[in-house]
Amino acid sequence: MKYAYYPGCSLETTAEEYGRSVRAVCAHLGIELWELPDWSCCGASSGHSTNRRLAQALAGRNLALAERVGLDIAVACPACYLRLRSTRKEVKDNSQNREELVRLIDMPYEAKYDTRHLLDIICNDVGLEELKKRVVRPLEALQLVSYYGCYLVRPPEVVGFDDPENPQSMDRLLAALGAEVRDWSGKVSCCGGSLALSRKEVAGRLVAEISEMARQAGAQAMVTACPLCHSNLEIRQADGKQNKLPVFYFTELIGLAMGLDGAESWLKKHLISPFSLLASHDL
Amino acid sequence: MQYVAKSVPAIGDTDFSSEVKEASGTNIDRCYQCLTCSLDCPVAFAMDYLPHQVVRLVQVGLKQEALTSATIWVCANCEACATRCPNDVAIPRVMDTLRAMALRERVVEKGKDIVVFHHTFLENIRRWGRQYELSLLLQIKLRTRDFFSDLRLGLRMLRQGKLKLRPPRLKDVAGVRAIFRRIDQSLAEGERT
Repeated sequence: MKYAYYPGCSLETTAEEYGRSVRAVCAHLGIELWELPDWSCCGASSGHSTNRRLAQALAGRNLALAERVGLDIAVACPACYLRLRSTRKEVKDNSQNREELVRLIDMPYEAKYDTRHLLDIICNDVGLEELKKRVVRPLEALQLVSYYGCYLVRPPEVVGFDDPENPQSMDRLLAALGAEVRDWSGKVSCCGGSLALSRKEVAGRLVAEISEMARQAGAQAMVTACPLCHSNLEIRQADGKQNKLPVFYFTELIGLAMGLDGAESWLKKHLISPFSLLASHDL
Repeated sequence: MQYVAKSVPAIGDTDFSSEVKEASGTNIDRCYQCLTCSLDCPVAFAMDYLPHQVVRLVQVGLKQEALTSATIWVCANCEACATRCPNDVAIPRVMDTLRAMALRERVVEKGKDIVVFHHTFLENIRRWGRQYELSLLLQIKLRTRDFFSDLRLGLRMLRQGKLKLRPPRLKDVAGVRAIFRRIDQSLAEGERT
């Protein structure tokens, strides 16, 4: 399993713990991530919000780089995931789009290779049975809700390795790690991440609703696969008066359950510390 | 809930309707105003027109109303409406198109703060090739003259290494800048014609 790895901007900065846990977990599971040399920002979401051609070109430059080496792309950020997949689809569906893209990036591109999200790769290629075998510290009695957000599942004709309304992959993955996964209605609610810097009050209201739904479902923490949701859920919960629910990346919990080195250092980067929760479960 | 008329004659600019359909690649004529989009929209509370009303504005050709609405900027592009629309109307593509048109016509009053964000975000990519978060945050603070909100948070993120002091480094940043230049050229040519 070898992929051209596209980290995306957040995984090197605001979501560094996601980036590090992705690399550690993939190495442990035998997924070879070959970082795409000289990758650039995919433009999400300001690119497509202002200029469709620019959005295609910013994503397309990276698609073309991966095509040079003949590898499918693996991504961890759902926003990058959607941009890369949308662009490939728009180019495949319409030859005029392709010509325009090739002109803008000044590189050949034939839309040959796929882009996959790591949650998809881990659940469907590695498989949950394989995952279970490697669990050394099951996340017993840890009550979690999986929070998928928008772009892992929507729009389904572009992304869609899971059900757009009631996705299951992360739920099953967390159950395989031994956690107690709660069903809830906030799985695919939007956290308003794209407005997190420009309309804080809007993002704040959405985050308050989502975290309240999670609490009502009996969750002690939320789990995400998105760096933008993670930042937004951590930062905007901090504004509220309620007890704050820790937010984990799914890869951090895989690392924790498999006893990987470094798990503690990832979690130290969180703005809402999960350590007392974990200590109460002997983790 | 108010009765929603199912048929409304074009009362405005029909060229505008055609242009939005063409540019968004979305056939909004299929919309029968079922309101699914507006009921599912997580940010409807912050909008002036609801999503189904924006679709109707476009259908009947009310260009000014559509382009100057707060809605097109508040839309978070969460894709819930597009996923649930029984007629496959890709409303987020319509919103993308209306935003691009509003920028072109310079009527962005109700989305000024959001436009500042988008422009700053893209200028950073143009300069560095990747996003440089610290610079993005500081520039937005300067441009919106909002110096004090989230200051402690920012300092904490710096301390925890979530914001990097050093900008990202890309070898072929010239390649990224060339993309932006070609887009600028296309836009300038579009404005001339």
